[in-house]
Amino acid sequence: MFADWPLLSLTVWVPILGGIAVLLSGDKGDAAGVRRLALVIAVVTFILSLGLYTGFNSSTAEMQFVERHEWISAFNIYYHFGVDGISMPLIILTTFTMILTIIAGWEVIKKKPAQYMAAFLIMEGLMIGVFAALDSILFYVFWEGMLVPMFILIGVWGGERRVYATIKFFIYTFIGSVFMLVALIYMYYQGGSFAILDMHAMKLSMDEQLLIFIAFLMAFAVKVPMWPVHTWLPDAHVEAPTGGSVILAAIMLKIGGYGFLRFSLPITPDASHALDWLIITMSLVAVVYIGFVALVQKDMKKLVAYSSIAHMGFVTLGLFVVFQIWENPANTDGSGAILAVEGAMVQMISHGFISGAMFLMIGVLYDRMHTRNIQDYGGVVHTMPIFAAFAVFFSMANAGLPGTSGFVGEFMVIIASFHANFWYAFLAATTLILGAAYTLWMVKRVFYGEVANDNVRALKDLNQREFVIMSILAIAVLVMGLWPAPVVEVMHATIENLLQHIAVSKI
Amino acid sequence: MTLEALNYVTAWPEIFLLAMACLVLVVDVFISDAKRDFSYFLSQLTLIGTFVLVMTVPVDGREIAFNGMFVQDSLSIVLKLFILALSFVTFVYSREYLKDRNIFKGEYYVLGLFAVLGMMLMVSANNLLMIYLGLELLSLCLYAMVAFNRDNGNASEAAMKYFVLGAIASGMLLYGMSILYGLSGSLMLSDIAVAITQADDSRIGMVFALVFILVALAFKLGAVPFHMWVPDVYQGSPTAVTVFIGTAPKLAGFAMIMRLLVEAMGELHTDWQQMLIILSILSMATGNIIAIAQTNIKRMLAYSTISHVGFILLGILVGTNEAYASAMFYTITYALMSLGAFGIIMLLARKGFEAENIDDFKGLNQRSPWFAFLMMVLMLSMAGVPPTVGFWAKLAVLNMVVQIDMVWLALVAVFFSIIGVFYYLRVIKVMYFDDVVDDQPLSCGRDIQITLSTNALLVLALGLYPAGLMSLCISVFA
Repeated sequence: MFADWPLLSLTVWVPILGGIAVLLSGDKGDAAGVRRLALVIAVVTFILSLGLYTGFNSSTAEMQFVERHEWISAFNIYYHFGVDGISMPLIILTTFTMILTIIAGWEVIKKKPAQYMAAFLIMEGLMIGVFAALDSILFYVFWEGMLVPMFILIGVWGGERRVYATIKFFIYTFIGSVFMLVALIYMYYQGGSFAILDMHAMKLSMDEQLLIFIAFLMAFAVKVPMWPVHTWLPDAHVEAPTGGSVILAAIMLKIGGYGFLRFSLPITPDASHALDWLIITMSLVAVVYIGFVALVQKDMKKLVAYSSIAHMGFVTLGLFVVFQIWENPANTDGSGAILAVEGAMVQMISHGFISGAMFLMIGVLYDRMHTRNIQDYGGVVHTMPIFAAFAVFFSMANAGLPGTSGFVGEFMVIIASFHANFWYAFLAATTLILGAAYTLWMVKRVFYGEVANDNVRALKDLNQREFVIMSILAIAVLVMGLWPAPVVEVMHATIENLLQHIAVSKI
Repeated sequence: MTLEALNYVTAWPEIFLLAMACLVLVVDVFISDAKRDFSYFLSQLTLIGTFVLVMTVPVDGREIAFNGMFVQDSLSIVLKLFILALSFVTFVYSREYLKDRNIFKGEYYVLGLFAVLGMMLMVSANNLLMIYLGLELLSLCLYAMVAFNRDNGNASEAAMKYFVLGAIASGMLLYGMSILYGLSGSLMLSDIAVAITQADDSRIGMVFALVFILVALAFKLGAVPFHMWVPDVYQGSPTAVTVFIGTAPKLAGFAMIMRLLVEAMGELHTDWQQMLIILSILSMATGNIIAIAQTNIKRMLAYSTISHVGFILLGILVGTNEAYASAMFYTITYALMSLGAFGIIMLLARKGFEAENIDDFKGLNQRSPWFAFLMMVLMLSMAGVPPTVGFWAKLAVLNMVVQIDMVWLALVAVFFSIIGVFYYLRVIKVMYFDDVVDDQPLSCGRDIQITLSTNALLVLALGLYPAGLMSLCISVFA
C-alpha cells in the first residue's frame, strides 16, 4: 500500500512539521494534549518507516525508495533521498527509539513540555534525513541542522553544568564537520557533482584521498566518538535530560559510524587502507583504556557514557579491520571481512537498544532520587524488585551476555578480527571482562546489599509507563540476541557490494 | 544637445526620489510634532514609488544616460531594489524607537532618503566622479544620522570619529582617482579599463592608484586594518541608525567594488587579488576573535560585520562572474540577517532602556518564545548553520574559492567561522538557558512585529530554498 508514496520524504517531514505543530500549540495550554500529539506523531512516523522495511528488497544493493528533485541548480544540488541495507535499519532504529523517548519524557518534563517534545520531533526528522540523504550537501544540511535541537535540549532541560556541556558538544561537532564541508566542495570541484554515489565512483589520487579521509575522520570521529576526541560525550550525557541522553547514545553516535560506511570507506578506500592502522589503534584504545576509565566512574550516567565509547570502538574496529583481513595470507576466502562489517552494523543497532535502555534506567532512578551518584544508592532491589530485574537484564546485555543483542555484534567483530591479527581479537575481547566488570560492579553497588538510606527505602517501583518502555526494549534486546538473522539479511547485499567496491583501488 | 540625448528616462527613479525627498523636507517644516507620522508615511510612500519605478524603468541590457555618467544595468537594478526594500524595513523598525526617545523628527527620514539616493547613484555610477558624489552624499547623511541624538555623548563621539576617518578615506579615494585620471586621461570607467590594458610603462602607476582606492574601499566597508570606526559607530549610534548603516550601504559598497575594481580595473585582477586575500583573512580573524570578548551586542555585531566583510571579499577576490554572484548573494543575505538582528534589539529596547547588552537578552525564551526563536534563526544564519541562508552564502563563497585551487584559503575561512560560532551561540545561550532578569513585557506595534517576523522567516525560507535568489544573482553577472 505504501508503494507509490514518497515514503522517505514523509518520514523526514512528518516529524518536522509535526514538531512545528507541537511548538505552535504552545506551552500555555494543556500539557497532556501536547504530549499526546507528540506521541501520535512519533507513532505515525514509526509506522511510515516500517513501510521502508516491508517494501525493502534485500536482494539488491541498489538504492531504494529513491526520490530526486532539482533543488539548487546553480551548484548541481539535488533533493535526493534513497536507502539501502545500511541506512534502512538505522532509520527504523531512529523512529523506534523516538517513541520511547517521547514516553520517557511524559510526566517528567514540567518545564515547557511543548518545546521539549517539538525539539525531539524536529531532531527525529533531521536524523532520518541524515540517513536518507544521497546528496552530500543535503546530508550536510541535516547533519548540522540536528545539532541545533540537541543544543537546545541539553541547554534548557539539562543538569547543573548544562551550558558548558552543550556548548562543548556543539563546537566539537561543528569543528569536525566544517572540514568535511571543504572536502565535499573539493570533490564537487573535481567531479562536478555533490551526489554521494558519484563521489563513490570518482577517481582520486592518493594525496587527495588522504586529505579527504582526514577531513572525514575529523567529522565522524568526533561524532562516534573515538578516543581521543571523545571528551564531549561524557559531559553531554551527564548534563542532558534522560531523553536527550537516549537519543545521543542510541542514534547520534550511530551517525558517525554511518558516515564512515557511507563516506570514508567508499570514497577514499586507498586512504582508508593506508591509515587503517590509525583507526584500529584508536578503536582498541577506546575499547581497553575507556573500559578502564568506565570502571572508576562515580556517576552512573558517566559510566554508561564511557561504556558507549568503548562499545562504539567495536564499530570502528569492525569497519576498518577489513583491509588487514584481506591481506592476511592465512585467510583465503575473505569471509571475515563481511563478518566484520556486519558485526559493526549489528553492534550499532544493538547498542542503540542497550544504551537507550541503560540511560532510561538511570532516568527512572534519577526521577525518584535526583542523584546519579552510585554512592547514594544501595539495595534498590528491595524496594523496586521489578525494576531491578530489568536493570540486571540490561546490564547483562551491556556486558555482552550471550543471548542478548550485545553479544552478537561484539562476537562477530572479535571473530572477524581473528582473521586479521590475533592481538586485535585479544585486546577487543578484553571488553567482555571489562564490560562485565564495570557494569556488574555498578549493579552490585546500586541494586544489591542492604538498603542504603531512607531515600532508597521510600522508592516506588516502576509505574505502568516505565514498565511498558522497559518491556519493549527488553523484547528488542532479546529478539536481536536470539535471532539476528532478519537484520543481517537486510544489510547483506549492500555490505557485500560495499566491500567489493572498496577492494578496488581508486588511484 | 537635446534633452533626449541625456536619456533621463533611465534615471527616473532617482529623479523621483530626489524630488520627493525635497518635498518631505518642505512638508515637514509645516507640520506639528503630533502629526509627524505624516512625514514618515510620505517617506515610505517615496520608497515604494521609487521601487515601482525601478521595476518599470525601460532597460534593455545596459542603458547609459547623462553622457555616460550614469548606467542602468541588471546589477544596478537588482541592487537598487534590495536597497529600497531594506531601507523601507529599516524605517518601519525605527519609528517607535525614535518616538520613545523623543527624536522622532522628519530629518531622520529626509537624511535617510538622501542617503538612499546616494546609494542609488553609487550603484549606477559609470564615472569616477559619480562614484565619489554618490559616496559623499551617502556618507554625509550617515554622519548626521549618527549624531541624531545630539544630547548623547557617545553618539557625538561616534559621529566625530566616523566623520574624521570617513573624510580621510574619501581623501584616499580622491587621490587614487586623480592618479588614475592622470594616467588614463579620463574619468569614465570604460576608458580607464581600456587605458589599463594598453598601459605598459604606466602600469606601476595604475597599481599605485589601485592601492589608494582599495584602502578607501576597505575603509568604507570596514575591512581590517581599516575597521576602527565600525565598532564605535555601531555602538554609539542610536540603534535606528545602526541598522541603517549596517544594511543597505553594504550593498552600495559592494556595487562600488564592482564598478571600481572589476569594471575599471579588472585588468589588475592579480594585483588586487593579493591585497584582498590579506584584507579578507585579517578581517575574518580580527572580527571573529574580538567579537568573543564583547558584552555589548551592538559592538559584537559590529565585529561580526567585519568578519562577514572578510567573507564577501573572499568571494570578490576569486575574480570570476560566478564568484561575484556568490559575493553578491552573501552581501544581500548578510544585509537581511543584520537587519533582522538589529530589529530585534530595537524590539527589546523601550523608553529609557536600550537593550544593548547581551545580558539584556537573558531569558527571552520565557518572555517571548516567538522572538527568541526568530533571534535564534538569525544568529544561526550568521554563524552559517544550515538550514538557514547564512550557510548557503558561505557555501557559495567557499565553493568559488575552491574552484581557483585555493583550498588553503577556504580552510582558513572555515577555521575562523568555527571561532565565530561561539559568540553567536552565546546569544542563543542567554536567550534560552538563562533566567529572566528583566521581566517587562515586550511592547511594540503590529507593523513591527509582522515585518520582523517576515524578515527572520525569510532568512529561514531562503535557507530551505535558496535557488531563486542564487539564480537571480547569477543572472546579474551572466
